[in-house]
Amino acid sequence: MLTIRQTRLAWLLVLPTLLVVAFVAGYPLAQVFYYSFHRADISFVEPTEFVGLKNYIFLLQDPDFRGALWNTLRFTVVSVFLETVLGLAIALVIHSNFRGRGIVRAAILIPWAIPTVVSAKMWQWMLNDIYGVINVILVNTGLVANKIAFLANPNTVLWAMVAVDVWKTTPFMALLLLAGLQLIPSDIYEAADIDGASKWQQFWTLTLPLLTPALVVALIFRTLDALRVFDVIFVMVGVNTATRSLAIYNRQTLIDFQDLGYGSAISVAILVIIFIFVVLYMRVAGKGVRGED
Amino acid sequence: MKKWLLGALALTLTLGGLAFAQGVTIRVAGDSTAVGEGGRWMKAKAEEWAQKTGNKIEYIDSPADTNDRLALYQQYWAARSPDVDVYMIDVIWPGIVAPHAADLKQFFTEAELGQFFPRIVENNTIRGKLTSIPFFTDAGLLYYRTDLLQKYGYQRPPQTWTELDQMATRIQAGERQAGNRDFWGFVWQGKAYEGLTCDALEWIYSMGGGRIIEPDGRITINNPQAIAALNMVRSWVGRISPPGVTSYAEEEARNAFQSGNAAFMRNWPYAYSLGQSEGSAVRGKIGVTVLPRGAGSGGRNAATLGGWQLMVSAYSRNQRVAADLVKYLTSVEVQKDNAISLSRLPTRPALYNDPQVLAKNAFFKDLLPVFQNAVGRPSGVAGARYNQVSEAFWTGVHEAITGRKPAAQAVRDMEAAFRRILR
Repeated sequence: MLTIRQTRLAWLLVLPTLLVVAFVAGYPLAQVFYYSFHRADISFVEPTEFVGLKNYIFLLQDPDFRGALWNTLRFTVVSVFLETVLGLAIALVIHSNFRGRGIVRAAILIPWAIPTVVSAKMWQWMLNDIYGVINVILVNTGLVANKIAFLANPNTVLWAMVAVDVWKTTPFMALLLLAGLQLIPSDIYEAADIDGASKWQQFWTLTLPLLTPALVVALIFRTLDALRVFDVIFVMVGVNTATRSLAIYNRQTLIDFQDLGYGSAISVAILVIIFIFVVLYMRVAGKGVRGED
Repeated sequence: MKKWLLGALALTLTLGGLAFAQGVTIRVAGDSTAVGEGGRWMKAKAEEWAQKTGNKIEYIDSPADTNDRLALYQQYWAARSPDVDVYMIDVIWPGIVAPHAADLKQFFTEAELGQFFPRIVENNTIRGKLTSIPFFTDAGLLYYRTDLLQKYGYQRPPQTWTELDQMATRIQAGERQAGNRDFWGFVWQGKAYEGLTCDALEWIYSMGGGRIIEPDGRITINNPQAIAALNMVRSWVGRISPPGVTSYAEEEARNAFQSGNAAFMRNWPYAYSLGQSEGSAVRGKIGVTVLPRGAGSGGRNAATLGGWQLMVSAYSRNQRVAADLVKYLTSVEVQKDNAISLSRLPTRPALYNDPQVLAKNAFFKDLLPVFQNAVGRPSGVAGARYNQVSEAFWTGVHEAITGRKPAAQAVRDMEAAFRRILR
């Protein structure tokens, strides 16, 4: 048991951290809540009028917000799913022993190391409908007859964004999962071999359950990132209803429309949505950990 | 003793202030160095002024898209930042920038202002405050390939959209047969951004479909001509215009045209001197004319008014010196150089008769009426809400021309959106 003195010392030691967090996270957050109940213009930072829940009522009726939410959810679910599956496959490969493993491990990190703006611009050129290299390859190999305008066609543009995001962040997923794999002791596999379990059985009954904690952490990281997606889409297509994510709509309202009040209400809504996802994951993770005991 | 100290302090400050006034640093947020040559040219001109006056300048580069520029500058204005003295602002911004602009009537006489296009000076005056001085003006133009028109037996550029469609179709088919598989008839700005608002206003106005929101405030977008215009453009995409055109801004269109892969292009005047420059695949093969009109009685030629203004920040600590830079950059001499080296349109009507300017840009003289009657976007009537109006407009247009919504529904939705925004 801690004595009162020890408790007091503990509080004293974390106090600086708490103060910094309150200053850099708590204060701006409180400010956003405050603005979301006011009518305010970004060029004149003082709010003009208290409007109560008006911004939130408007948000519930706003078709643009719903469209952005739908885009964001589709983007998040599909990209995180693909990144997890591919990341796991890659992690399993680079976890096994083979010649040149060090080089391969370093090489797969390249997409993750390139700044998003740079890779988004690069993919924008590669996906261009006239001189883009991807269209040239597709046409020359006879896979398609006519060049495809990936970034102009409303049916393909969101999936092009997903593809670029998967390309970029799968290495990150693989890295996190590789770390998880390395924590699993190898002797249990030896035991499984002796018991005659196939590699497939070993994967489902040993690897996956033991990897769950790492998997959940990786999923939380990626999901939260994907829910706030901004840079890839903004650089590659700008503001366009076919790809407009919540973060892009948020920025558009705050900056382009100078509507600090409504923009803050959208920020709060994004916070709530992300919070819901975190709670869901924590529950799943909690169950996973308890299952181990 | 104390008095003596105060006196000395005051003297030091005054002297220091004087010394400072002789060589102040003016920070200019100007044209982007990523679009054509405009940014580099403007920086050089501002440095010229600095050399002449013994001041210093610092040039602040800007994003290529106008919306992104506004987003950046608004952060300076919200912070009342004295860090930027002169801003180059879009013709649609005066309603937004008015509270942050110094009134330039203090620094320009009536006689000086009388030498600029009165319509633009009026556009830049908000509730009696002259927010900015016209720097160069812009209007949408039709570029065409003189060699290809000749090759396919056309005597003159298209007069109507129907003619343009027919000519583009034929030239495109012929050029593709001749081996250029990537050749397209007509390129323009179809990306969902402010440029699409400009292009779409031209289509709709030229078909007799009004100007989205009339200067008296009536919302007129929902009409049969506007629907016809959007359907016409929808029919171009993938047929005479590349499918990717709905993701093109100015530079993407210019790339296609200047590399010799398009017969017609809608663009601003800046593309002319670049297309005629060394290394351009279409050098000496470019013609420029007014955009086609719609068929029928309501049809007329239309060009959207664009252009840029120079504003002195209300938060600048050296407004007088900054205004002097603005005066220099908008002078006859500098505007003439802008017209000659970059083919950008002067804001002084007198320069449209200048022989040196016309020697380089023969089309200026014929198109003067077009430039003078260029149709303005509804920035005056929408005021500070213009960006919202424009976004609702270009979004609706983009949905119609990419086939996500029937044109009739798109204009109905736009009408409802404008009502909501301007309520």
